[in-house]
Amino acid sequence: MFNYLLHRLLHAPPIILGVMLITFLVFYVVQSPEAMARRILGNKASAQAVENWLHNRGYDKPRFFNTSPGQKLLDSQFFNHMKSLATFDLGVSDLTGERLVETFKRGAIPSLLITLPSFIAGISLGLALSLFFVFVRESAMDLGGTLLAVVLMSIPIMVYVIFGQWLIAVKLFYLPAFGFNLAGATTAKYLLLPILIMVLGGLGSDVRLYRAIFLEEIRQDYVRTAQAKGVSSARMLFVHVLKNGMIALITLVVASLPFLIMGSLVIESFFGIPGLGNLTLTAIRSSDFATVRAVTYLGALLYVGGLLLTDICYALVDPRIRFR
Amino acid sequence: MKIWIQNLIVLGGIAALLLPFLMMGRSERWQRARARFKRDRIGLVCLAVIGLYGAVGIMDAIQIPSHAGAGQAATLLDWFFRNVPQEKSYSTPLANTGFSTNKSEPLQGRHWLGTDVLGKDVLLQTLKACRTALIIGCLTSLIYIPIGTLLGIAAGYYKRRVDDIVQYLYSTVASIPNILLLVAILMILGKGLGQMALALGVTGWVGLCRLVRGETLRQSERPYTEAARAMGQSNGKIILIHILPNIMHLVIINFVLGFSGLVLAESILSYIGVGAPVGTASWGLMIDSARMELAREPAVWWNITAATTALFFLVLCLNLLGDSLRRAFDPRAN
Repeated sequence: MFNYLLHRLLHAPPIILGVMLITFLVFYVVQSPEAMARRILGNKASAQAVENWLHNRGYDKPRFFNTSPGQKLLDSQFFNHMKSLATFDLGVSDLTGERLVETFKRGAIPSLLITLPSFIAGISLGLALSLFFVFVRESAMDLGGTLLAVVLMSIPIMVYVIFGQWLIAVKLFYLPAFGFNLAGATTAKYLLLPILIMVLGGLGSDVRLYRAIFLEEIRQDYVRTAQAKGVSSARMLFVHVLKNGMIALITLVVASLPFLIMGSLVIESFFGIPGLGNLTLTAIRSSDFATVRAVTYLGALLYVGGLLLTDICYALVDPRIRFR
Repeated sequence: MKIWIQNLIVLGGIAALLLPFLMMGRSERWQRARARFKRDRIGLVCLAVIGLYGAVGIMDAIQIPSHAGAGQAATLLDWFFRNVPQEKSYSTPLANTGFSTNKSEPLQGRHWLGTDVLGKDVLLQTLKACRTALIIGCLTSLIYIPIGTLLGIAAGYYKRRVDDIVQYLYSTVASIPNILLLVAILMILGKGLGQMALALGVTGWVGLCRLVRGETLRQSERPYTEAARAMGQSNGKIILIHILPNIMHLVIINFVLGFSGLVLAESILSYIGVGAPVGTASWGLMIDSARMELAREPAVWWNITAATTALFFLVLCLNLLGDSLRRAFDPRAN
């Protein structure tokens, strides 16, 4: 077990290094800091202003090697970028100068308040529906249900949002259409509609995926053996198949767990929830490159964390893996 | 991007979409799949609907001399709408007078689906957006399918070092959240259809690559590949003649399903504001511009309804067609 986890852990550093290289390539080489400064300060900014802006953020250093006399050789854009990311220093916003760690901490709670409930509700609902469809498989109900799942999948998320806001908030006055307030019970009022829409938006693909996993499981030999021994079809499905199907399912689900903290770009911006997703979108719209860079890196770190979590879960639920 | 290049992409892409259906019949596997597909009513209907979208896209890609005046390019689609003039602002579907509360002016033409804020005919805009969706879908597929297939086959066939490198490549790209990488690339390259296709292509090959790699691994262990190797055929020949035809159906299914994802992605990116440039006919932009108008009294609903419906049916049919193809090639899978 320990050897296995150590082995998997060694996969992480090269991937993180790769991400660091990609972010450097995208944010320093393809888009030069000069162009960045021009975009933020505007075309009319004086050369002096641009230079000051670059100097304050350390963007005026040479790209790879600092060869000018009296300077450290590695005091360059590339090595500073790599160093700050390797030490998990996310830097400061290009626009406001605020430390991004603080910004992210602030955004994490509203994001989690939406993603965590919708994650749990989505999985429970998806599991229940897919098990039901597998139970009545190849009936008209199953056919209709899977067709409905494809229909749900084919509607873009913003359409759910727009019609949800229009119907429930504007026409029926049940819930506020926009805004956020972190104060006890009133928070729930603001959160209900976004959570509902997030669950609905992901339900179609979830149900299809889970259904496929359980159908795959039902063809296994042990199911036939259980049937031959006289296990009822309900017990077979809800005990034997569910248990084994969960192995495949857990690995899929656990990987997305760390991403919950990132929130949802589209949902948060529509409902005015000050989470990480909304923050990212604001940064995109105001050309705040440092923030986008940091969020990208944070996302990659979370992905690698999700991979490791998956490996651990795999080893926990499937003893064969531990002895490899 | 030059207009004629865009049009070429539309025409070529639709030809590529139809090609597999014409080529079905080479091998036994494809013949069986075709027989099964012909009995699949949902699949046939979806294929017809997608064909309709393609026809509209082609009509908007064929340039004809303009009726409006010299120098103005027009397409076959514009020609059909030559009797539908531009109005001043909103009008409801099939209305005779403009949509204004204080004084209503008579309209110059009849608009089946009303007009938008600039007075453009909504039906024409909706149909024109087919071409945008097709361009994004085709151009992106042109980028990501060769990358994904090539890397996947190389990893699955040569194994060892090559496999390690390819696996490293795709896990690195996959480790950056898709939407963030997309947005970051688009933020830097700027708005535009070509840029959007490039960004979607660079991020979109991972799924296909994984799929192809897995299947190639399985195929390269099969006796027929070993027999070919024992007979001294070169690696290139084995890949091209033996392995590629046996994984091609996966690529095609992935292409159809991926196309629906691309159409959706185009609308979402345009909606976020990093996708199609303002002025392009795009369902995402139409939905975006109509978002605030629903709160009006009376609500402006036709604009968003038209765009959503058109988008929805294209994506739905692509999804269902992909499922049908999968069923046709692998009847056990359902």
